[in-house]
Amino acid sequence: MLQLQALSKIFAPDIAAIADVSLEVGPGEIVAVVGSSGCGKTTLLRLVAGLDAPTRGAVSLDGEAIHAPHPAIGVVFQEPRLLPWLSVAQNVGFGLMDRSSAERHDRVDAALLRVGLAGYGQRWPRELSGGQAQRVSILRALVTEPKVLLMDEPFSALDALTRASLHDHLLGLWEAQRPTLVLVTHDVEEAVVLADRAVVMQPRPGRIFADIPLDLPRPRDRLSPAFIEAKRVILAALDGSLDAPIARQSAKHATGAWW
Amino acid sequence: MKAPPRSFLNNRLAVGLILPVGAALLYEFAARLGLVEARLLPPPSRVGQTLWSLAATGELWTHIAATMLRLAAGFLIGSIVGILLGALTGASRTASRLLDPTVQALRAIPSLAWVPLFILWLGIFVASKVALIAVGVFFPVYLGVMAAITNIDRKIVEVGRAFRLPPLALTRRVLLPAILPDGAVALRSGLGLGFMFVVAAEIMGASEGLGFLLVDGQQLGKPDQILAAIFVFAVLGKICDGALVAAFRPLLRWQDSFAQSVSRSAAAPIASPPVPAH
Repeated sequence: MLQLQALSKIFAPDIAAIADVSLEVGPGEIVAVVGSSGCGKTTLLRLVAGLDAPTRGAVSLDGEAIHAPHPAIGVVFQEPRLLPWLSVAQNVGFGLMDRSSAERHDRVDAALLRVGLAGYGQRWPRELSGGQAQRVSILRALVTEPKVLLMDEPFSALDALTRASLHDHLLGLWEAQRPTLVLVTHDVEEAVVLADRAVVMQPRPGRIFADIPLDLPRPRDRLSPAFIEAKRVILAALDGSLDAPIARQSAKHATGAWW
Repeated sequence: MKAPPRSFLNNRLAVGLILPVGAALLYEFAARLGLVEARLLPPPSRVGQTLWSLAATGELWTHIAATMLRLAAGFLIGSIVGILLGALTGASRTASRLLDPTVQALRAIPSLAWVPLFILWLGIFVASKVALIAVGVFFPVYLGVMAAITNIDRKIVEVGRAFRLPPLALTRRVLLPAILPDGAVALRSGLGLGFMFVVAAEIMGASEGLGFLLVDGQQLGKPDQILAAIFVFAVLGKICDGALVAAFRPLLRWQDSFAQSVSRSAAAPIASPPVPAH
């Protein structure tokens, strides 16, 4: 169980990136964190990953407090961030340096095979397309078999077709290991394709606006009425999340600083 | 991989030689026909003769050995100090604030201005020459290494953090490979400056070395000897630079030039580039 307890992150006085976010994600659950840009999604993910420290609140995984990057938590960034001086296989095996080279070899080969990149192991990252590179970066995070995989808008830089195929790859990988998956996205369709639950965030300061269960059968049909209805519900929540703070801000302007 | 059709223009060495060899031949003919003043600018054949006789007596090798030894010592000292200080100021903001202004101020001094001081301190023999060369090598290496470290992509370093690499492993597996391309360039410019300053040092006063051949040629009115020494400098400089590039090549294969990657993928779309096994 991944638990976020009243997380707040304040960057500078009066600039709260997120405020009082509490969330529980069960083992093997897929949660999509949805919100407009600047609502603190990425900040939230970095706190959970242990890459940044929260100003207040705590993150714990199965009761263990997370203060720093943890072996049971894998991270996939928005860009592939492959190391250009390592081959594709060496990139995938980057987190396996403490294992025997035979085990590393086997795991890396199996992983590449699973996402259709068998035979690409000895290539350099610069020879890969954007979608291929992001697949390698997902493998790099998953090959150590973490309990939790955090993904920060991992498909936002890809075209729609590549994105759809990566959704399938990701679900295939998830099926094999069943990690808890927290995915930050601003793509509502992506949330409905992948997630068991969509958490809609509200900006300034970032906090949770709505928690929407997505009980659709898998594999999900993007054209089914239930799918479209789920998208509509999330979009409505997003609209609602944007209305509140803007109204309050303009009210402040009206009463406060006109002179 | 299929060999590309072999034409003369594909041979890099041959193409690179067209200009110098052509110019030399042209001058040779002009000199033989009496079109140019051969006494002050001797034709390539005379320079070659001088070079040959210097080599035959063994004198040339003594001069080359003296010059290369001074250069090697100066390059080693200058680049090691440059790498260490550059790494320090690149990695630590405090060190940068403390040291960099002073180093930059020292850099503004023309390095030859140190010569009188070095001779007073270290004498007129090898130590003062090595010191001067080391100063010349130090600055480009220092600047290059410092820039390489400050330019490291923080996003890549964060990958190392996400995988919980301890500082030593982070340095070895992420930071060092990341600064290697710029570091290699820094060492190459340092070596170039090293050649410049070894000549300066030897012109100031030496009884052997290629720089001595230059001065000796001037004083005794032997332009062929001056040109011979210049030619040897060109060859040695190219060899040393080539050796440095070759030494770094296995470590930098991942960033092969764009042209190479295009020709490779055109020639062998499936074949994988050779990479050490993971």
